[in-house]
Amino acid sequence: MIQKMVTSALIAGFVAGLLAALLHFAFVQQYILLGEQYESGAIVHFENAAAPPTLHDHDTDQATDETASEPATGMAADMTAEPAADGHAHSHEAGEVTPLTRNSLTVLFAGLIYVAYALILTAGFGLAASFGKVITAREGLLWGIAGFASFQLAPSLGLAPELPGTIAADLTARQIWWWGTVLSTGTGLALLAYGRGYVAIAAAVLLLAAPHIIGAPLPDAYWGVAPPEVAAMFSARVLATALTVWAVLGWLAGYLWSQEKA
Amino acid sequence: MTTNTQATAKSSALLSVLFVALLGGTVLFVAGHAQSSTLHDAAHDVRHATGFPCH
Repeated sequence: MIQKMVTSALIAGFVAGLLAALLHFAFVQQYILLGEQYESGAIVHFENAAAPPTLHDHDTDQATDETASEPATGMAADMTAEPAADGHAHSHEAGEVTPLTRNSLTVLFAGLIYVAYALILTAGFGLAASFGKVITAREGLLWGIAGFASFQLAPSLGLAPELPGTIAADLTARQIWWWGTVLSTGTGLALLAYGRGYVAIAAAVLLLAAPHIIGAPLPDAYWGVAPPEVAAMFSARVLATALTVWAVLGWLAGYLWSQEKA
Repeated sequence: MTTNTQATAKSSALLSVLFVALLGGTVLFVAGHAQSSTLHDAAHDVRHATGFPCH
């Protein structure tokens, strides 16, 4: 049983992690790099609003592209007294790692995180199987979409995916709310799918709603330095790519599960 | 006797489920949420791109 869960999870998680990295590079990374340019003050939002659109070049890589950041850096020199620009200091300054290292770490950690998701998913398959439920690729797809809802969609209702250069509340409080929301949503969806009777449905609705009735920790004020347009695009793309990867993860894990002997 | 064997099989299956779920949860915590600065910097882009609370 353990072997079946781990084998399906490792293969499906690894494939999903690679797909996640690919979609990250194609759709998401450019917004992280752009957000970091605002975060570091290399580009300044309000100064820049009247500047030529070339400064908004989304392909600009701050770690490599010296020429594109030249005029922006000059402009930022006047803005260093701006409290919003220096109030959010980080240890991951630009130029500390090469783009190759950075991208390799992204592939590695995408793999780790999707293998972790896959282990939790196949543990769920194992639990369902011990109650006599049969899991195939089709059930897997539904489980994958439920995983997306539990791990990404429901938490994003309170904590939108964070672009660098935007503002959020205390980290520990957000992490506690995140884990609570994931557990509550996952259990609620499982009850809704497999529970019987009105009590199960009522409990499911309560579990799905509770994190949002309690509410996510929010910042006292908003003073992010990145433009809302960039943050909105980033959050939307994070969710859309995550749904794609979770659907593939669930389908593949279900398929592998149905092919494996006990 | 048969009931006992089934009960044992079921509880060992549930233990395996718990073990695999905890394994996944631990990897998720270390890769996605642990705040050691080395881990944070290495996983930075993925944490942002997965919607985790990052910093």
